[in-house]
Amino acid sequence: MRRKITVFIIVLVCFLLQTTLFQSISFLTVAPNLLIIVTASFGFMRGKKEGMYIGFLCGALIDIFYAQILGGYALLFMYIGYLNGFFRKLFFPEDFKLPMVLIAASDFLYNFMIYFFLFLFRNRLEFTYYLSHVILPELVYTLLMMIILYFIILKINRRLEEIEKRSAAKFV
Amino acid sequence: MAVFGVRMARVKRKKKTIPAKYILLVLTGICFLLMLGSFALGWTSGPVGTAASYVFIPMQKGLTTVGNWMSDKTSELTSLKDVMKENEALKIQVDELTDELNTLKLEQYDTEDLRELLALDNSYSEYNKLSASVIGKDAGNWFDTFLIDKGSEDGVAEGMNVITGRGLAGIVTEVGPNYAKVRAIIDDTSSVSGMVLSTSDNCIIKGNLQTMDDRQMITFSNLKDTEGKVAVGDQVVTSYISSEYVQGLLIGYISEIHVNSNNLTKSGLITPVVDFEHVKHVLVITDLKTTTESTEEQ
Repeated sequence: MRRKITVFIIVLVCFLLQTTLFQSISFLTVAPNLLIIVTASFGFMRGKKEGMYIGFLCGALIDIFYAQILGGYALLFMYIGYLNGFFRKLFFPEDFKLPMVLIAASDFLYNFMIYFFLFLFRNRLEFTYYLSHVILPELVYTLLMMIILYFIILKINRRLEEIEKRSAAKFV
Repeated sequence: MAVFGVRMARVKRKKKTIPAKYILLVLTGICFLLMLGSFALGWTSGPVGTAASYVFIPMQKGLTTVGNWMSDKTSELTSLKDVMKENEALKIQVDELTDELNTLKLEQYDTEDLRELLALDNSYSEYNKLSASVIGKDAGNWFDTFLIDKGSEDGVAEGMNVITGRGLAGIVTEVGPNYAKVRAIIDDTSSVSGMVLSTSDNCIIKGNLQTMDDRQMITFSNLKDTEGKVAVGDQVVTSYISSEYVQGLLIGYISEIHVNSNNLTKSGLITPVVDFEHVKHVLVITDLKTTTESTEEQ
């Protein structure tokens, strides 16, 4: 329960920051994708199931407030969380390279899917343009934000795991 | 004994967990069902959205105020020097303009006659308006939709036009109790029926991410300018034939014209008058465009 509330607050704060503060201070007309960082991080730190649930929550929020069609972003975020869950066995808290690669890949995949389904299908064919003007700038900005956000999430998660271990030990 | 019981319950619960892939499958199904429902039957987020909006909208309002304040402060600092230089230049310009204004006053009488001819006597002031603040922008970088802090409780309804002091900003696409979703005219999926003011020729104005990013312009097409009178710099307003937008709202100025390969129509680029990067306050026109059906009834 404690974990659920904490995670919900993290998602809520990131969603609010992403849609308000970061939109008004975004340079190059691009804003970072904090929700991808949250979804992917919990995916590879905690496994498929938790990544999937958190992804679904993040996507559902975007669906409710900003999307034209319900369910699309929820689906996309959910699969990103799930796919990141496969890397749980390779994940070590001290290693920074794997999270960076995974979050970069997640952000790229996310934007590529949006381009594919919502732009290419409407005959917007210049992929290289969108790659250099939307996808890559967002990727770089997201990775910059990740340096801060990832360590916060890592710390919170470690703290939660400690508390969970302690309360589990009481029963043994 | 009690402790033992609790332990047993924990062990039992752990054994009962469903594998992740089955949950994924079920959730995928739910998502597809939602997508199908909202696409084919026009489902909206309904009670879930209403509940969520009561939690999120007040917080978004607050944070946007902070964000606006921050961007204001940073731009204030950087632009102070420019402003001082500009001030000098502007003082000279004021003199020039007062001169010009006097001549324009004379021309005003002519313009009033022309307005009637162009059926543009419905100027902005005749519409009922409601002011609102922008409280959040789309989470991604692909689309240009934003939320405003007025909803159905304040009388905002789907299909209402949203303007700024300068001109057309967008249209309300979804309404919650205390917020409304607005699709800007520069959004890649937006399309507006427009009219060139000087010649009354109609055209279709479409938002475009690429031209907007590159040059701060949106595209127009299907302009039938048989006499070749439309020129760069002409004003484009919403057309009287539009089914969604009330007529006579300024959209922008033509910046580029090309003749299409069919030699019949023209297309090109329009610079919108609204500064979409810094939209903070908007006006919602509460008069909906009367459709042909309702005029027939009258």
